[in-house]
Amino acid sequence: MMEKMIIGRYVPADSLLHRMDPRSKLILVFLFVGVIFLANNFWTYGILLIYTLLMAGFSKIPPRFLIGGLKPVLWLVIFTFFLHLFLTREGAVIFDLGWFKIYEEGLRQGIFISMRFFLLILITSLLTLTTTPIEITDGLERLLGPLKKLKFPVHELALMMSIALRFIPTLMQETDKIMKAQTARGVEYTSGPIKERLKAVVPLLIPLFISSFKRAEELAVAMEARGYKGGEGRTKYRQLSWSTVDTLMILLLLAVTVLLIVFRG
Amino acid sequence: MESPLVVIKDVSFQYDSQESLALNQINMEVYEGEWLAIVGHNGSGKSTLARLLNGLQFPKEGSITVAGITLAEETIWDIRRQIGMVFQNPDNQFVGTTVQDDVAFGLENNGIPVDVMSERVVDALKKVNMDSFLDQEPHHLSGGQKQRVAIAGVLALKPSIIILDEATSMLDPRGRAEVIETIMKLQKQDKITVISITHDLEEASRADRIIVMNKGEVYREGTPNEIFLMDEELIKLGLDIPFPIKMSNKLREKGISLGQQYLTEEELVAGLWTSHSKM
Repeated sequence: MMEKMIIGRYVPADSLLHRMDPRSKLILVFLFVGVIFLANNFWTYGILLIYTLLMAGFSKIPPRFLIGGLKPVLWLVIFTFFLHLFLTREGAVIFDLGWFKIYEEGLRQGIFISMRFFLLILITSLLTLTTTPIEITDGLERLLGPLKKLKFPVHELALMMSIALRFIPTLMQETDKIMKAQTARGVEYTSGPIKERLKAVVPLLIPLFISSFKRAEELAVAMEARGYKGGEGRTKYRQLSWSTVDTLMILLLLAVTVLLIVFRG
Repeated sequence: MESPLVVIKDVSFQYDSQESLALNQINMEVYEGEWLAIVGHNGSGKSTLARLLNGLQFPKEGSITVAGITLAEETIWDIRRQIGMVFQNPDNQFVGTTVQDDVAFGLENNGIPVDVMSERVVDALKKVNMDSFLDQEPHHLSGGQKQRVAIAGVLALKPSIIILDEATSMLDPRGRAEVIETIMKLQKQDKITVISITHDLEEASRADRIIVMNKGEVYREGTPNEIFLMDEELIKLGLDIPFPIKMSNKLREKGISLGQQYLTEEELVAGLWTSHSKM
């Protein structure tokens, strides 16, 4: 189930967003996170909403996947809404129960802030839904490339990420195997008091740790035998290609930014 | 025979944590295009030998020469380009997130230009019959398939020697057969020298030459036929004799001589059903 959460998020399809360079998608998401703070009234939030829905349309991702991805954070959005609704004490009173008042400004803030949350989550899930984790890793490695001059281990970090991604399913399978083996020996994972169940995790984690270290050692030897000697002088099999669409998409977001600056109150 | 591709001369090795020598005055030669099997039970020093050949460990004494290059700290990367290694655990040598990424890993390490790379990846995968799995992820592959991808990863670098370090020992019989078949094809068609390190005598029976190791020393050397005549001696060394050999030995005890040693089940069957007419 963890596998679904971390890497099973990618939905393969042939869409504009899928074909985009991961670098431009990453830049767009980072820009968007900044740009969203420009919105402060009905018009500006409206523009952002239209932009986000447009992007969701470009992705050709079925809405049920988008909503599915939003579910775990939905309560956070709702919580934010009520927090602002109850705690803001500005503007005219629109609802009065004597001891309990709701102010106009509270309603506004509640809607705007939860909307901001909602849009951010939607845009970032569009990134992970249309880009494979390995593409994201590649994109990050290229984008952070200039940091190499500052002795920042960009290549090592990217390699670590890709190896971690590659081993998640393997370790999941292993966890499953150990759990079954321990269940056969009488360990209970699904019933009994919480304290007992937490204790049962120990005989699961220890073998998992030991085998992971063994794996790491063997992997290091195999990598060395295959000529791995660090990032120096290495070529890249996966090439990224920046197309006109990528430039146009960035220009579109810049245009949205200009609109926001014009219309913000 | 031609000049040897690998020369191992008076090599000794000792692990820091152990008192006795892991390898004691080993001398052997590997010839171009042959399949050499090095057999021996656990602790016989056969895996240590493989690690020495690839420069993962350095000998305490003696010298190793591969294709004219003597193994030393400075030549280690040249030697690793000559020798490809396939290890025991299929999972722990799969570096890439997909089949093609994994095959490309070795090429990337060696700075092969991108335009050559994709061609070489596909070529190597074709040779091991895995070219239809380009974008497959490792956890969707069987052990035998993963080992074939590992072989492709090695092939892509065009080595002159492939070392299989117990590469079939973690596979099911089907995976084992797949890998052995692939190796046989590569040795015959692409004239690749194969050194297989194994304790499975059935795998070793496919080799041109077998070296039996025991307690860090070369115990015996010969063709599979010669080696399997050792019979009881092999069992004493902790090696299990393949079924066809066992069968013919048992038949001989009963007074039925098949005239020759059969190494594979097919040969044995063929030998059995034609034997009656000779008697």
